Amino acid sequence: MEKDQHTHIVKYRTYVYVLIALLFMTFVSVAVTGIDLGPYTVTTALLLASIKSVLVLLIFMHLKFDKKFYGIMVASVFLLLACVIVITFMDYLYR
Amino acid sequence: MNDHQVHIDEHRDDEGAKTGMWIFIFTELLLFGGLFIAYSVYRYLNPLAFHLAAEELDTTLGTINTVILLVSSMTIAMSISAIQYKNKKLTLILMGITLLLALAFMVNKYFEWSGKISHGIYPGSMTLQEASRGELLFFGLYYAMTGLHALHIVIGMAFIGYVMHLVVKNEVQHDNFAILENSGLYWHLVDLIWIFLFPLFYLIT
Repeated sequence: MEKDQHTHIVKYRTYVYVLIALLFMTFVSVAVTGIDLGPYTVTTALLLASIKSVLVLLIFMHLKFDKKFYGIMVASVFLLLACVIVITFMDYLYR
Repeated sequence: MNDHQVHIDEHRDDEGAKTGMWIFIFTELLLFGGLFIAYSVYRYLNPLAFHLAAEELDTTLGTINTVILLVSSMTIAMSISAIQYKNKKLTLILMGITLLLALAFMVNKYFEWSGKISHGIYPGSMTLQEASRGELLFFGLYYAMTGLHALHIVIGMAFIGYVMHLVVKNEVQHDNFAILENSGLYWHLVDLIWIFLFPLFYLIT
């Protein structure tokens, strides 16, 4: 059973493509925040950061190739974090 | 169990090890998540002070450090493929590159922080005591969060260095590399946190 876990070998090429995508998004977010888009600046920067983190989690951290169980756990933790953020801000915005 | 035959059983649970690492990573995510919430709330309460304070940070240095961490994240991920291909030499080279990049990150951080400190911006400094509450909060969070992140870099370097030692001693091999995977996961976590720290502190002004 443990053996199946490790049979998948990710190609070097895949990692290079992911790195290129990550670097591209980094430079885009630097460029976008350089020009003033008002409230959209924060949204774009955080959106790009979220896409980057999903790429890191799926490919670099192997969630895409591992058992579903890991992905579900990670998603639950992020959901928990999102809930705490929403509840905190509901408190600050509407108190 | 009457026979006294020596039975060598390898006690290994790769999946258990990996699950444990992930659970540890979750605690780290929640730790930094809490700090991110503190940052967002204070930013919401002091928008102008945060805006002015964030302009003080060097975006170029931040971008260089982002690139360094992203590349190092790729090299450590590649080292896991290399060990699976039974290429010990390449594994060690890739891990070595990761360590060098981590060192470069810390050198950058040193210059960044010493620049700030020479401008009188450090916790408890006279300049900050005269600054507004918002600026005080911004730099407090800046030092706490990037400092905690830098501590993780140092721990990650020690962890990867230890695993490199195991690879040299052939204790980590193509069919037994759970600890290498776990050190990789830890390193990616460090990268993941920086992916959010960078826009929040350096980009959004």
